[in-house]
Amino acid sequence: MRRLLAVIGATAAFVVGVAGPAVACGGLIGPNGAVNLLRTSTFAGYADGVEHYITSFEFAGGGGAFGSLTPLPGVPTKVERGGDWTLQRLVRETEPVRFAAPEGAALTTTLKSRAQEILKTKVGALDITVLKGGGDEVGTWAKEHGFRLPPDAPEVLDFYARRSPIFLAASFDADEARRRGQGVGDGTPVHITIPTDNPWVPLRILGLGKAAQEPVQADVYLLTEDRPNLLSTTAIRDGGTLSLSHDQAASATLLDDLRADKGGSWVPREGWLTKVAVDGPAGELTGDLAIDARGVKAPSMVAAGFNVAGALPGRPEPAAEESPAPAIAVAVMAGSLLLAATVNAFRGRRAA
Amino acid sequence: MSRLARAGVALLALPALPACGAASARGATEVVLDVRWSAFSESVVRVPRRVPVRFVVHNADPIDHELIVGDLGLQERHEKGTEPAHGDRPGEVTAPAGETVSTTVTFADAGTAYFACHLPGHYAYGMRGIVRVTR
Repeated sequence: MRRLLAVIGATAAFVVGVAGPAVACGGLIGPNGAVNLLRTSTFAGYADGVEHYITSFEFAGGGGAFGSLTPLPGVPTKVERGGDWTLQRLVRETEPVRFAAPEGAALTTTLKSRAQEILKTKVGALDITVLKGGGDEVGTWAKEHGFRLPPDAPEVLDFYARRSPIFLAASFDADEARRRGQGVGDGTPVHITIPTDNPWVPLRILGLGKAAQEPVQADVYLLTEDRPNLLSTTAIRDGGTLSLSHDQAASATLLDDLRADKGGSWVPREGWLTKVAVDGPAGELTGDLAIDARGVKAPSMVAAGFNVAGALPGRPEPAAEESPAPAIAVAVMAGSLLLAATVNAFRGRRAA
Repeated sequence: MSRLARAGVALLALPALPACGAASARGATEVVLDVRWSAFSESVVRVPRRVPVRFVVHNADPIDHELIVGDLGLQERHEKGTEPAHGDRPGEVTAPAGETVSTTVTFADAGTAYFACHLPGHYAYGMRGIVRVTR
């Protein structure tokens, strides 16, 4: 397995103080805007052409309803309660190491279209809706459903919708959580199953509603059958906003434990465990984590968030509907830069 | 000096740019401000004194904004205030998502005024500009 870590620095291209649920790789919006996020964990497992995205919504107190918008690379086939110990087991496996290392009356109306609700379900105190639509459509839906979006929401939603029109909206009713006996720190894991050509993890969304210098902290776990290649608009380096804190073959005991958890039958017998730690100012999270799960090709620049036309690696929808994903097109110049970075990175590794 | 006052001083350093909309030698009597991605299309507008000036806001975002036109004191009051909507007073108007609204202001004296959106976080995000009132 050959590991290539290609990073290109340039890119083309919910609020304050009220305690609320933490969510990994989603923008959290409270009744007064964004809320404080605890350090969060997300698990993206990939096997047999399917991404298993497991994240936990942790109740951190407060009142009222809270919401989260998570961009997805494709239409999920299932959204269900996640296993009870998967995320915790991953934390214990990796022993987190912190390197020093986010006048008048209205005259006209222009926003008429609405996002399409393609899946609705409930997981514990969470009301979950999978939406399909452009940035404006999803923003309109969120506004109409009580989300108070922060000022950067229109641009961030457009950033994601240009590449995939699929979003997952989760509304956390804190009063319902207390009625169910959930206490501060209790988590509700959600397992999202998404057929996709490659796994993908949204990162820029973590900075939604935050000032450029506000810190963002999250842990992203990847389980792939082979050692993956990674790419992001933010450099992945020791001590950086994105850093690798675990990068080795997954142990048999870990895989057995994950497979034994609820919904874990997909976990392969062998795999590679990667942990990407997010710890830095929100302004540095300008893109996402693109992954080549087989470790043989450069990850998609579109998926990483570079300003090139194209779509996320999610599979097109069935023929009955218009495919949301245009063909991937990579600008020649961007491709040359990636190739140069690739060659340089590989040469650097050989010299090491 | 308050944070708003410091921001006002910083804005004064911006070069003057022509306003959108109908213009005269003394400045525009209609100012059109497009809003997209929580940003006004203009950072500096020129308007005449003692003439009604119509400010038109096209809000192309899926979230609400507002336009508050006035001096620094007014801007500070709105930044700290809790009024959920505007429209009853000249120079103050709520711009719902996807809508076009307007408000008309008459500036008595030449000088500098400001326009901004004071919904939570919007001013700090950069939704503000300068009104240069000409003789």
